[in-house]
Amino acid sequence: MRGQRAEVRAAWLIAAGLVAAIFATGCGSSSSTGDRNTDMLQEVGKGEGELNLVAWAGYVSNPWKSDFEKETGCKVNVKVGGTSDQMVQLMRTGDYDGVSASGNATARLVDAGDVSPVNVDLVPNYKTVFDDLKDQSYNTFDGTHYGTPHGRGANLLMWNKDEVKPAPTSWDVMLDPEKAAQYKGKISVYDDAIYIADAAVYLKAHQPDLGIDNPYELDEDQFNAAVDLLKQQRANVGEYWADALKQISAFASGDDLVGTTWQYQYFALLDKGEPMASSPASQGFVPSEGATGWSDTWMISSEAEHPNCMYKWMDFIVSPEANAQVAQYFGEAPAQSESCNPSTLTSAAKAAGLPENPKFCDSYHAADPSFWKRVYYWETPLADCGDDRGDECMDYNDWTSAWTEIKG
Amino acid sequence: MEAADALASAPKRSAGRRLADLFHGRRWLQVSGLLSGPLAWLVIGYIGSLIVLLVAAFWSVSALTGEVSQVWSLDNFKTLVEDSVYRTIAWRTVRIAALVTITDAVLAFPIAFYMAKVASRRTRAALVVGILMPLWSFYLVKVYAWRTMLSADGVINWALEPLGLHGPGYGTTAVWLVMSYLWLPYMILPIYAGLERIPDSLLSASEDLGASPFTTFRRVILPLSFPAMVAGSIFTFSLTLGDYITPQLVSNSQFIGNVVSSNITNNLPLASAFAVVPIVVMVIYLLIARRLGAFEHL
Repeated sequence: MRGQRAEVRAAWLIAAGLVAAIFATGCGSSSSTGDRNTDMLQEVGKGEGELNLVAWAGYVSNPWKSDFEKETGCKVNVKVGGTSDQMVQLMRTGDYDGVSASGNATARLVDAGDVSPVNVDLVPNYKTVFDDLKDQSYNTFDGTHYGTPHGRGANLLMWNKDEVKPAPTSWDVMLDPEKAAQYKGKISVYDDAIYIADAAVYLKAHQPDLGIDNPYELDEDQFNAAVDLLKQQRANVGEYWADALKQISAFASGDDLVGTTWQYQYFALLDKGEPMASSPASQGFVPSEGATGWSDTWMISSEAEHPNCMYKWMDFIVSPEANAQVAQYFGEAPAQSESCNPSTLTSAAKAAGLPENPKFCDSYHAADPSFWKRVYYWETPLADCGDDRGDECMDYNDWTSAWTEIKG
Repeated sequence: MEAADALASAPKRSAGRRLADLFHGRRWLQVSGLLSGPLAWLVIGYIGSLIVLLVAAFWSVSALTGEVSQVWSLDNFKTLVEDSVYRTIAWRTVRIAALVTITDAVLAFPIAFYMAKVASRRTRAALVVGILMPLWSFYLVKVYAWRTMLSADGVINWALEPLGLHGPGYGTTAVWLVMSYLWLPYMILPIYAGLERIPDSLLSASEDLGASPFTTFRRVILPLSFPAMVAGSIFTFSLTLGDYITPQLVSNSQFIGNVVSSNITNNLPLASAFAVVPIVVMVIYLLIARRLGAFEHL
């Protein structure tokens, strides 16, 4: 008996020793950066044969995806991200070569060292990208370029035109407590802390005495007002969606009748024959208050295993034909000015199996910088308000913990 | 002299023999050697990663990048206690876990009893196969199937329409329904095993002594099978406690797992702190279950 106890004791001693060893190594070392490379590539060499991308739904599809693979020999593997948080998380693993990052991810990726600067001289098609997309606060940090533009768009208000009457012209159908109660349980809201900015955009128009200017830089009063509005909205929400396909099935089955969405879902539902409608082109696809939106940037991972293929992709996706294809397929304004040639638009639409629309760029205001003043691109909320209020704005941590409270 | 010569000229023992000699008579070394493999997996892989995660609960995070800074503080636990939303979520999760456990116990008992005491051998075999088959299919497929059934134009609403009723739609009721469905096999099997162990002679003895079937059930079968039910409840309770995919797919409610998964990128320390809650709940639950004798029935 005593011998047996000694064995068990010995086993536990060994176990305790292992645990202590883990503790010592865990607490002592700092996080390893692996083969992090924060230098810019100086030359694009031969393709490595493969490319791993993190992208929004609809950004990496055929025919342009297979065109790229044929041209460069780089086989594309794409992982679709539903929210910027997911994309940041995926890029942190270092398993991917590039990401189509929105403004609420770019600053975080740069600060964490997950992405490398981009040598725009190696991306010939960058020269003819629209000027108001270059050197912006969401893709250029301390004068260094960290990515190439992809395209931009506004978040859409979409509704089932058979069930939602009269056709809404404002976000109040979702955010005004009385109007939203009409569609109680049938409202679809984006499941991400960044949606608080949508409430801020609404309040900017409907409660001007709050003095909201930039919906991503909110001081305590403005922030609490937005959070309270969303807490009231909670009672009427049918579903918080983070997966584009889930939202498509929810609208198709009639579980949701009105909500905030992207053009990808809107066109997918129209294709299925569902009676969907959205703010019309005459309104610029945005309700009266304006809307939040995004301007996406292709960034290269600092641990990219296939940097040459990534640079080839960045050049390809802003080439006139490919950018025209993806913009028309998704329903966003292209970043490439030469994509707006009517002949390029038409041939791209034909190749992608879409109806021909030589006026596409006009409808989507691709070349109209003044239109984008009413669209508030996703940005990372920072404590530094960027104006004379100083450092008293809510930062992203405040936004994410408020979002947990809002959902309850 | 001869003995020393004999020793000196003894054949050199091979490496294998020498290793065997090392272990010979040292039982502690034998046992440790055998256990080292599984113990290493358990300690380093499982407990070790749990400890690293839990230690992170005491750290803090940079607001911009979400990078963890190893600055020791109790702030995360303070947030959990002060912000009422976390208490609401924890209570909601425990409540649904308890409901699912009770529901499954009520549903599983008749099935298990039929299988153990009434069914013929062939029926019993068919029932076992039938109960285990859903476990072969992919978790996500089952939950998505329920999502489709519960939707506005789904099968449940379609069936209840002629009665003028309406299905539960998405929400906490839906979560309760789906989880009760998912974990039912895990409750049926331990109860079935426990009931099988009750000798039929006890039941006929009870009848001979004049007990009605209900009294037999209440005073003989139920007490004898209770530990088995507690064993099954460990599965249903713990699986519901940790689930976050079902609440995400069939409801808007946040469970403990949802909060942990949504905070894991930006605020790992808070996610770790919140993950401590289900661990503590399960430890208490398991201690109670052990006292009730469930561990003999797992």
